[in-house]
Amino acid sequence: MLVSYKWLKDFVDLDGVTPEALADRITNSGIEVEHLTYPGEGLKNIVVGKILTCEPHPESDHLHLCQVDLGSETVQIVCGAPNVAAGQKVPVATNGARIAGHVSIKRTKFRGEESNGMICALSELGVDKALAPYEDGIYVFDDEVPVGADALPYLNLDDAILDLDILVSSAHCMNMIGVAYEVGAVLNRPVHIPVPDPHETDEAAADAISVAVDAGDKVPYYGARLIKGIQVGPSPRWMQLRLIAAGIRPISNVVDISNYVMLEYGQPLHTFDFDAFGSNHVLVRFAGENETIETLDKQQRKLEPTDVVITNGKKAEAVAGVMGGESSEVTADTHTVLLESAIFDPMTIRKAALHLQMRTSASSRYEKGVDRNRVAAASDRAAELLTKYASAKVLRGIVGQGPQTVAEQTITMPWQKINRVLGAGLPPEQISGILKRLGFTAAIEGDTLHVSVPTRRFDVSIPEDLVEEVGRIYGYNNLPATLPEGEAIKASLTPYQKLMRRTEQLMEDCGLNQAFTYSLTTDENAAAYTIHDTDRRPTRVIWPMSEEHAVLRESIVPQLINAVGYHLNRQMTDVAFYEIGKVFLPKSGDPRPDEEEHLAGAITGNRTERNWEGEPQPVDFFTAKGILENLFDALALSDRIDYRPAKREGLHPGQTADVFLDGKVIGYVGALHPAVLKKEELNPTFVFEIAIEPLLRGKQPEIVYSGLPRFPSTARDIALVVKRTVPAADLYHVIQKNGAPLLQSVRLFDVYEGGHVAKDEKSMAFSLTYFDPERTLTDDEVNAVHDRILKACEEECGAELRG
Amino acid sequence: MNVLQEKLMELRRKAFENVESAEDLKNLQDLRVRFLGKKGPITEILKGMGKLSKEERPVIGQLANDVRNAIGNIIDTKKAELEQKLLEKELENEKIDVTLPGRKIRTGSHHLLASVIREVEDLFIGLGFSVAEGPEVEEDYYNFEALNLPKDHPARDMQDSFYITDEILMRTHTSPMQARTLEAHKGKGPVKIICPGKVYRRDTDDATHSHQFMQIEGLCVDKHIRLSDLKGVLTVFAKHIFGEDREIRLRPSFFPFTEPSVEMDISCFRCGGHGCAVCKGTGWIEILGAGMVHPNVLRMSGFDPSVYTGFAFGMGPERIAMLKYGIEDIRHFYTDDIRFLNQFRRA
Repeated sequence: MLVSYKWLKDFVDLDGVTPEALADRITNSGIEVEHLTYPGEGLKNIVVGKILTCEPHPESDHLHLCQVDLGSETVQIVCGAPNVAAGQKVPVATNGARIAGHVSIKRTKFRGEESNGMICALSELGVDKALAPYEDGIYVFDDEVPVGADALPYLNLDDAILDLDILVSSAHCMNMIGVAYEVGAVLNRPVHIPVPDPHETDEAAADAISVAVDAGDKVPYYGARLIKGIQVGPSPRWMQLRLIAAGIRPISNVVDISNYVMLEYGQPLHTFDFDAFGSNHVLVRFAGENETIETLDKQQRKLEPTDVVITNGKKAEAVAGVMGGESSEVTADTHTVLLESAIFDPMTIRKAALHLQMRTSASSRYEKGVDRNRVAAASDRAAELLTKYASAKVLRGIVGQGPQTVAEQTITMPWQKINRVLGAGLPPEQISGILKRLGFTAAIEGDTLHVSVPTRRFDVSIPEDLVEEVGRIYGYNNLPATLPEGEAIKASLTPYQKLMRRTEQLMEDCGLNQAFTYSLTTDENAAAYTIHDTDRRPTRVIWPMSEEHAVLRESIVPQLINAVGYHLNRQMTDVAFYEIGKVFLPKSGDPRPDEEEHLAGAITGNRTERNWEGEPQPVDFFTAKGILENLFDALALSDRIDYRPAKREGLHPGQTADVFLDGKVIGYVGALHPAVLKKEELNPTFVFEIAIEPLLRGKQPEIVYSGLPRFPSTARDIALVVKRTVPAADLYHVIQKNGAPLLQSVRLFDVYEGGHVAKDEKSMAFSLTYFDPERTLTDDEVNAVHDRILKACEEECGAELRG
Repeated sequence: MNVLQEKLMELRRKAFENVESAEDLKNLQDLRVRFLGKKGPITEILKGMGKLSKEERPVIGQLANDVRNAIGNIIDTKKAELEQKLLEKELENEKIDVTLPGRKIRTGSHHLLASVIREVEDLFIGLGFSVAEGPEVEEDYYNFEALNLPKDHPARDMQDSFYITDEILMRTHTSPMQARTLEAHKGKGPVKIICPGKVYRRDTDDATHSHQFMQIEGLCVDKHIRLSDLKGVLTVFAKHIFGEDREIRLRPSFFPFTEPSVEMDISCFRCGGHGCAVCKGTGWIEILGAGMVHPNVLRMSGFDPSVYTGFAFGMGPERIAMLKYGIEDIRHFYTDDIRFLNQFRRA
């Protein structure tokens, strides 16, 4: 909402309050002034001149030589405007003046004729060309303007414009009277709203027209005046300039007055050419099936049965609250006007404006709410202005249906609640005082505050709204800063959150950078590299912004592969990422997917740099696996974890393992398939993805302390030759199973394939540690277990002791 | 002086001379064997003591022992000296270029957004808040309706949200956790949570918009919660995150789920409030939206608004990070360029 500082002065005394100070005060008490602009900023030496004579330029077919009286002197000015004429009073940029765009005006010659200045169009003085009247020519003043005077005040170019950001809570400030009440309250100054006089004649409107509403509760009130003898012409200069300041282009007195009253009162008005309306009966009803109307913008519109239309009894002449019809538009030949001032249901107007794709200044006001009790005053004000500026004869009375006014809403509450919620200690008279400043009726009876809310404040209906009104006018910045009081409650991270932080730290300590990628991805990526295969369709949003972000991811790895690719494209070859985030797993029969938290990683390049000690060491499968093992160790879960060879789409068939927790697959680790590397132009890259919740959510084992060992342990090595196809894990399992309880630890320290063993065999050497906490083990005891292990390895894995 | 005495003195002199010129430990060991060994001359003299007269015996015995001790001492001294020399030589050989780079263990970095969130979490845990988490695919009811945004509310626009069905959407803010948490508390306070998480809006990604971003929601509901408490908590927050000297101001605003609603500005940390490019000349920077929980929100989630009041706030970690470090493009947070990430290791 663009608010003219000068216009506002009609209603509130702004003496001693600069536009800057006013903007600050308004912002701090609730309505943000987004911009404060000075339309005349930078203009200099623009005066009112009178064109004494206007002759054609002897050397030009479109230029004129004008003798212009500037008050102090008469100068010759060459002017090319088509509308220039002798006798006009016009804005003149004199020699040495500055006009819009910092252009300086100097004495010059046009085709041999001297020109001492420039007669200006409004656009040359900074007014938006789309808003200026006579857009093709110079601006012409009416007669009252004194010759030689500074022209800027007469063009409202000495004004300041406050641009208010109107929210739902400040819709009452979508009009000047509303702003005036707000400013009056903020500044604690009285507000003067003149009571309009419609200058009614004796002839009763009710004898000439009738009104009927058949639209249920969607039209609480509809009123019409009949106004005769209209002479359509331009509206007065002051009105035009105020409309321009508010961003509305002046058109004619009748149209301008209806816009002006809307700006002033917030009440949208509509004027029909009564002779073209086609009947003396106004019927307001819902649109019929397949009903159409040609609106003022000359578009044929199809109406919905929920739209309300204003008809002449047969045909729709306007879409209620949105736009008038073409057929009864006010034109230069209009003599009699039907003036509508009505209340329509906000939601009905919102729906109509939406489906017709016509958000007009009327519809946006109806949507946000208009003051129920200003509907007649606005009609009176328009009648008053039409009488004065369009020679109108206003017939007596408004012909309408429905109550013209409604009772004010009342709120009763304990006044101390305001202090309790704000944390303030305002005395009751200060509370009621603030509410009265806002134009509310407020009275305090004992503990109770009785408030009557003006109908313009449709945002105030419950006690909490009054808390806000008092708080914002008192000033939130005057409140103390306290901390909540009350009973102590436990506040700490949950075990899951703590472990999550530990997991993050561990990943970073393992050299991985934390990444955040998007949850919405492409159709193709969404279901790639998932932990579990599913044939359910991935979850898609209805209106994606692009196919790049259309489907909810079911895995994180594809996003990390993208991040790796991004870095390779920029010559960064050593990259290691992890991400912890949600994936969205579709469920059958439920559009809402399951949300699972996953940990994913992607590493490529070298794990050590090439340095003075030698060549770099590239990352490989075991680098990735080692990171996971570190995590499982830190979570004390390693005993319950298993790895088994796996084949997965997109991963190397010989370098991929599924990760099991207690026998259930919770993820995988593997090398990207060479075909993928080639297609995506990647270096060898290793990835993992783990469902992290089973790791962190499960009950954490208690930490059980045991004293330091008092007896030595015994170490024995064992080297076994097995078929190459036998996985190390099998030997591990057999050794562990058969070594219990004396076997304390097993470590694989050598794997050999080559000349010293058969072609299809390999040798694996383990270091076994035996220990008994109660005594020193004898050789015989150790030998017995060691032999048992060897025997089991021979039997279960086909192992042979390496000679 | 008899012959034996002279012989002993001569041995002493000779031994001293040899030890003095010994060059290495082996040499020295040979000398020890030669002079003090079981077959050495001193041992021999001591062995022949029996042949001596009663008078000579103690004199010669004494002298032989003295000489033996003296030689032993000088060899020991010499040995220590040689060992020291040897050690010095070894140490000299072991000398390395200590200015060569060490063997570092490569470590990763914490994402800046995660750092901001963690810092805020820790602050609020200290103020008695718990950290809550909620679903990112949300029901329309929790995302809007339970927050006093009924279906036909003008502030709702299907076009602004990623809907999956008419009733299911990607949450557009973390505020649904207000309703979910209140519901879970079954009408009984106190409730003090903050909820960080991802949110989604139908925006075209550019320098200042992202279709996915983070929010941190805060909610505090109890029997005597005041707007001044919100002011106090936010003051602590602003000073903690942006510096001790920060001041805050609350401006009235509008959100459907709070009444009264405020926006919090902090005094500009770049210029201290005089006006600069960061604060667009106003001296203030808009940080977050907040307010007192709307009675309808309390009521819908099972709390009696005549007994309970509360405050809520919502902030954007991206905005905080962008302001704090002068980051110009929100997309950096999701591109994960390591040249970006590594700058915030200490954050």
